[in-house]
Amino acid sequence: MNKKPIISCRDLSVHFPIGGGLFEQKQFVRAVNNVNLSIPQGSFFGLVGESGSGKTTLGRAFLRAVPITHGEINYSDGEKDYDLVDLPKKQLKEFRKRAQLIFQDPYAALSPRMTIRDIIAEPLEVMNLTSSREETDELVREIAHKCRLNLEHLRRFPHAFSGGQRQRISIARSLVSNPRFVVADESVAALDVSIQADVLNLLKSLQSELGSTYLFISHDLSVVAHICDMVAVMYLGQLIEVAPTRELFSAPRHPYTKALLSSIPNLDPDYQSDAQKLEGEIPSPTNPPSGCKFHTRCSYVVEHCKVVEPLLEHPESSHDVACHRWEELMNIKEIPVANLA
Amino acid sequence: MTLLTVENLTLKFDTDEGRITAVNNISFEVNSGEVLGIVGESGSGKSVTAKSVMQLNPSNSVYSSETKILLDVDGESVDVLALEGGKELRTVRGGSVSMIFQEPMASFAPAITIGAQMVEQLLLHKKISKAEAIKISIEMLDKVGISDADKRFKQYAFELSGGMRQRAMIAMALSTNPKLLIADEPTTALDVTIQAQVLDLMKDLVVEFNMGIIFITHDLGVIAQTADRVAVMYLGELVEQGSVRQVLKNPTHPYTQGLINALPKLDDLDAPLTPVPGDIPSPLERPSGCVFHTRCALAEPRCSESIPQMTNHGEGHSAACFVAAEKVEAL
Repeated sequence: MNKKPIISCRDLSVHFPIGGGLFEQKQFVRAVNNVNLSIPQGSFFGLVGESGSGKTTLGRAFLRAVPITHGEINYSDGEKDYDLVDLPKKQLKEFRKRAQLIFQDPYAALSPRMTIRDIIAEPLEVMNLTSSREETDELVREIAHKCRLNLEHLRRFPHAFSGGQRQRISIARSLVSNPRFVVADESVAALDVSIQADVLNLLKSLQSELGSTYLFISHDLSVVAHICDMVAVMYLGQLIEVAPTRELFSAPRHPYTKALLSSIPNLDPDYQSDAQKLEGEIPSPTNPPSGCKFHTRCSYVVEHCKVVEPLLEHPESSHDVACHRWEELMNIKEIPVANLA
Repeated sequence: MTLLTVENLTLKFDTDEGRITAVNNISFEVNSGEVLGIVGESGSGKSVTAKSVMQLNPSNSVYSSETKILLDVDGESVDVLALEGGKELRTVRGGSVSMIFQEPMASFAPAITIGAQMVEQLLLHKKISKAEAIKISIEMLDKVGISDADKRFKQYAFELSGGMRQRAMIAMALSTNPKLLIADEPTTALDVTIQAQVLDLMKDLVVEFNMGIIFITHDLGVIAQTADRVAVMYLGELVEQGSVRQVLKNPTHPYTQGLINALPKLDDLDAPLTPVPGDIPSPLERPSGCVFHTRCALAEPRCSESIPQMTNHGEGHSAACFVAAEKVEAL
């Protein structure tokens, strides 16, 4: 995939101030810290990490929905270019027509007092994208059909729909303005397994049909593995590995990615994982560890890791990893058990 | 030893919209030292089933007259649904049966320390002094892998991380030495790496305490790694039951097969995701006959007319499906 990136960021940081009362020292939650990332146009890009890793904040930063502490974000879809950090209000409004967000919880995202038609039409009306009611209705019907909602559904209210149907309504609303860039934040996490597959297939087919770019944020690695072309793994506000999906899952390089993959419960009851499980929990982002952020939980930690922060490097063109020892570790077959001494 | 016998459990709720069937005529058993997994999607009745064992369902619940829930308490068989009043119920609730919930933040009182809550329930259920209760509580916290247990004992729930809270919840549930533990989606709110830790802990504790566990989850992977036997529920009906290997490796009910096919698998990234077609029907519009026939690819006219019974497919593996039963017979 050598396409131009639709979104790229350099040294992007988002810090939220907390505390800072009269006598308290002001502290910062470093939700996103010095992230460099490019999302190729037309890709289905996955972003995974545990809760508290900053994946949602990074997604929202790309939509300019959180204040940016420092860094650059550039948006370019071939028609329009924006520098998202210094964007005048008027241009920000323009940009919002080209980028959209799909929410996690389909029960909270839809107003119970609006009909489905009004819910889907609202973005068009707010952004003045259509000139007449007929035109709006036409677009609503078109996207509703693509999301497998029929005309009779459009007259009803959200309470009449099941979780899967609601998520399809939510998707229709996000896509009715034909955005070029869509952030889907945990969009299937609230759905049951039998419905989840249906919504995933729908998202994927809409993406290829409409030719847009998706940033798919999820904590579920197996979902990401099936739907995304590329995956970035986040830990404590930083990217630690970025690779094409197949490579990431067949030959993960970062010890954290490996541990994450081995933590997924296997469907085979007789499966015995020889990989070791992670000890401890993710440290607080207000006071992250020095050096490599993962060193407190890593079994391969050496002194160097505690002092020097590894950068996301490009060993080859496409598979980036932020670990001092990844090359050595690729050759280790026997995995040492931590804290044996 | 059979710890819990549930026979013909039928539970309906009286609501403004009429009487809704939550669980329809299900039977199962749990032995001590065994983990029974109950899998199902939201609305399948799995939580309601487990709560019946402790009479924890709301006051608008109506049990059918055939329903029998028998719990073995020190060799005596107790009819749980016949218990009345707080004192009688307490022998079961928190006594012989403990429960762990999904959201540990919501299950601890926010303004009372973890320790005080653990001691309070110990004193309610056991005839011991306060000093002994404190000692047992700190020992339990230590046992579930909480470091600095005596320090954590004095802390509030908000001071602990999610994984730690769930460990404290498990410590509290086990401190009264229950015979049966009900775990309702205990790891759903946790990250995968923390989930793996908590599951390992629970597996160790089953062996150590020789309890029976009812493990409720929607995650088949979690079931595969923890349970000995599985019961699959759909819309309040038990559709398949058997050992974990039988059900997951050789599912016979079309719904179980559908669930497994819908799951994204890491060992085959090219496999298409096959959703179970259609949506889960509303409990107000329960399909006639086999409840799954509206979404089933194998549905025949008879499936909407009569209700399939649980048929034995050998070695404790049974499923409620006409088509599956004939297939097995043909073999």
